[in-house]
Amino acid sequence: MTYLTKPKLHHPKLPQNELGFTRRDYEGAVSTLCAGCGHDSISGAIIQACFELSLPPHRVAKLSGIGCSSKTPTYFLGASHGFNSVHGRMPSVLTGANLANRELIYMGVSGDGDSASIGLGQFAHCIRRGVNMVYIVENNGVYGLTKGQFSATADKGSKSKKGVGNQDSPIDMVSMAVLLGATFVARSFSGDKEQLVPLIKAAIEHRGAAFIDCISPCVAFNNHPDSTKSYDYVRAHNEAVNYLDVIEGRDEITLDQAPGTVELVRQHDGSYLKLRKLAAGYDPTSKIAAMNYLQERHEAGEIVTGLLYLDREAEDMHDRLGTVPTPLNALGEAELCPGSAALAKVNASLR
Amino acid sequence: MPARLEATNDFVIKFANVNGSGSASANRLFARSFVRMGVPIASRNIFPSNIQGLPTWYEVRVTEAGHLGRRGGVDLMVAMNPQTWDKDVAEIEPGGYLFYDSTRVLPQSKFRPDINVVGMPLTAIVNERYSDPRQRQLFKNIIYVGALASLLGIEIAEVEKLVAEQFRGKDKLIPPNYEALHMGRDYAETHLEGAVGLKVRRADAVGDRIFLEGNDASGLGAVYGGATVCAWYPITPSTSLAEAFTKHCGRFRTDPDGKQRFAIIQAEDELASIGMVIGAAWNGARAFTATSGPGISLMQEFIGLAYFAEVPAVIFDVQRAGPSTGMPTRTQQCDILISAYASHGDTKHVLLFPEDPHECFEFAATAFDLADRLQTPVFVLLDLDIGMNEWLCEPLKWDDARRFDRGKVLTAAELEAGRDFGRYLDVDNDGIPYRTYPGAHPTRGSFFTRGTSRDRYARYTEEGPAYVDNMQRLLRKFETAKSLVPKPIRHDAENASRTGVIYFGSTAPAIREAMEALGSRGIDLDTLRVRAFPFSDDVIDFILSHDQVFVVEQNRDAQLKTLLINEGAIDPARLISVLHYDGTPITARFIIDEVSRRWALLHGAPRKEAAE
Ligand SMILES: Cc1ncc(C[n+]2csc(CCOP(=O)(O)OP(=O)(O)O)c2C)c(N)n1
Ligand code: SF4
Ligand SMILES: [Mg+2]
Repeated sequence: MTYLTKPKLHHPKLPQNELGFTRRDYEGAVSTLCAGCGHDSISGAIIQACFELSLPPHRVAKLSGIGCSSKTPTYFLGASHGFNSVHGRMPSVLTGANLANRELIYMGVSGDGDSASIGLGQFAHCIRRGVNMVYIVENNGVYGLTKGQFSATADKGSKSKKGVGNQDSPIDMVSMAVLLGATFVARSFSGDKEQLVPLIKAAIEHRGAAFIDCISPCVAFNNHPDSTKSYDYVRAHNEAVNYLDVIEGRDEITLDQAPGTVELVRQHDGSYLKLRKLAAGYDPTSKIAAMNYLQERHEAGEIVTGLLYLDREAEDMHDRLGTVPTPLNALGEAELCPGSAALAKVNASLR
Repeated sequence: MPARLEATNDFVIKFANVNGSGSASANRLFARSFVRMGVPIASRNIFPSNIQGLPTWYEVRVTEAGHLGRRGGVDLMVAMNPQTWDKDVAEIEPGGYLFYDSTRVLPQSKFRPDINVVGMPLTAIVNERYSDPRQRQLFKNIIYVGALASLLGIEIAEVEKLVAEQFRGKDKLIPPNYEALHMGRDYAETHLEGAVGLKVRRADAVGDRIFLEGNDASGLGAVYGGATVCAWYPITPSTSLAEAFTKHCGRFRTDPDGKQRFAIIQAEDELASIGMVIGAAWNGARAFTATSGPGISLMQEFIGLAYFAEVPAVIFDVQRAGPSTGMPTRTQQCDILISAYASHGDTKHVLLFPEDPHECFEFAATAFDLADRLQTPVFVLLDLDIGMNEWLCEPLKWDDARRFDRGKVLTAAELEAGRDFGRYLDVDNDGIPYRTYPGAHPTRGSFFTRGTSRDRYARYTEEGPAYVDNMQRLLRKFETAKSLVPKPIRHDAENASRTGVIYFGSTAPAIREAMEALGSRGIDLDTLRVRAFPFSDDVIDFILSHDQVFVVEQNRDAQLKTLLINEGAIDPARLISVLHYDGTPITARFIIDEVSRRWALLHGAPRKEAAE
């Protein structure tokens, strides 16, 4: 495997966003994943979301761990800095990066092995800390890169390609994220762009720890009939509670759906999320309701997707730490070094 | 009648206390009063990790000659912990003194016939004067300080000044402390006159030296060096380094509106600590972690990433005795090899070895320049002895003309001007490539950082030649490091010598003292204090210009010697190890014994007999 660059041949009629960029400007190198891998669809959704939001690509930093999923940052946002770190440790690297410069947008991409097994601790702690980021787990229930071993999100009773059953309880990252204090929690499916793209957009706009568990079938090792993470199984059991529209302007909000099926959720910064509700009565701003609903539908064998929890009063790590608004990496000697006069006083106090 | 040790400005006092009894600040008061009288001291805390009976000890070596290493042996034991009594009494030198609380009568068998016993009914005195239990405990300590001041001849006015400084702002507390001090002094003057033959006499041997801990100095050095991100996980003996950084940042880096020009994260473990440091440094902030051996073990994978992906990181390792949990509150220099070659695959890392808190400050600040310049992890290897004890050392220095060396970072303007950017391109032939910070420029300078092999333009590759090219460049970079790290310090004997001594870190004061003594016995030795790895050519030349070189270190396996042999292609027969690793700081006595014994084997009896 070597690196492939995509030829930059811009079609003159490609649509442009506010910055004059086309969708191609948000792409990366050609993917080397298996054809049909869910992860590629998620990369596509990230590209689409960034394009639609008119993000300057260089203001995004993309970080990942190790796995097929963690390779994907090479395949989107080629003009952004990327960091493919070590297995399960993306959260700490992302946290550090965020500490250094609070002004960039941080996109953390991980797998279910990366985040639910080796990196479970780091996943938990960076969520707890309220790191301002989008954390996407590309969840296929297996270790794709090491050839199909069960991951910790594999459902009890589901079978591997070789026919071996998984005996252990699955880790539900969405419930964990809610419990741990994530302020934006969603689940989606790589095969449902209509749902996924707006969720990624909303997660980017959210200031605080935004977590998206995205089911992403592994065509090589976990797409067979006894899998609960196959395309067919997820399509059959997907229970979407809502679909989102991200409203960028703060005016001109029209409700064009039947009353009762659309809800506007006002966020801390004054912007709105428009929710098309499929499950009547599902309130994504109530933590307890979300927890109950998730457990209940899980018992019924359904995969709940959509925006599952939103804390409208979210704060982030820098708010808690009380750091200056200037990025720490932009401070120089004058702001950081107390100088010799201060040192003379220190010396005097130590005699 | 037992013999009586008589000494002026040259003796060792040890306090045996119960942890949490407020003794620490009283003992510190006692110790600093010598400094105020112009007499140097070396003080050390001894605090076992096993907390049964909560014993702590505090040792003060009073040394006008300025020997700041541990001496060994105790001339006056202040025995305040019944749980450790037997051991404490056994430690006193014959003819030495035992100061104890004589309120309760102890059987004769509890004492030794060859020591001088000085009893003072401390509990009875405090119980009579105070009713509050906390006051009884706290003032008991001040009372014994007053008594000891009288016994040893410490000027009470100096102690009073220190008390007043300590309670500045809480002035109400000053008179009661004075009262307790005077109670102790008065009792000793009336009842214990002449009981102790150890005396202090005003001198002028301290100069402008300061008294502080290496961890404190390192934390302050990190502030001066421009560190803005600290991620750490508590572990003895490094915790107080992160706490010192917090304290100094609070003082020097807080805006008037309370906003902080720094970020400190107590991480969930050492893996996260080093991960955050790497993330922050990748993104252009100066970042560090502070830890000890077990933390270094955990950080291995990440350190390899930082080496290979070329991300700066500063790691303070305050070494303690290993392996495993080892002796967590005892000192050693035992992480040399794990740090030098941390992580799997072929790696080498920059190490700095400060000798005292003064150098901790200096090297802490320098470490950030080196990490940025070399784009690699830099270890500052302290140990518990330097880190957690207050040392008398030269005042801290800072040159206001000094600028942070942020290394080779392409700015937006340089990128805009169209400079060719290859993240791993060796433009200047020193092995050090250029980097960019994320977000620097809208269309130029982005690259992908990874732990996998890549070509000069940061593109993933598993091509053998591209991999080898990169690995060779990393070696060239390490070669460049040799000229950037602190140089070794050489000191030649008065008479030309064919024998040398190499040492480093906290061993320094014991070496200086030992060299004086050995010199007076006719054993002339040239010395070299190694201050960094990679070793500069001076280190190798020093070895090659001597027939034999003693390598003195505080670990079992001669780790520095191994590194010298390995990296300098040295014939092992040239190097003789002197190893001290029982967890106590190395002493001059130990070095003198070991070196003279081997000297005799090599050369026969020394030129002249011991002068002492
Ligand atoms: C410390 C360490 N242990 C093991 C591995 C091997 N390894 C690489 S990827 C992986 C699992 C990846 O699974 P997941 O995160 O689910 O990613 P996927 O490939 O399924 O997208 C493992 C075990 C490693 N790279 N590092
Ligand atoms: S092995 Fe599975 S996860 Fe990996 S690229 Fe192929 S389909 Fe995707
Ligand atoms: Mg997986």
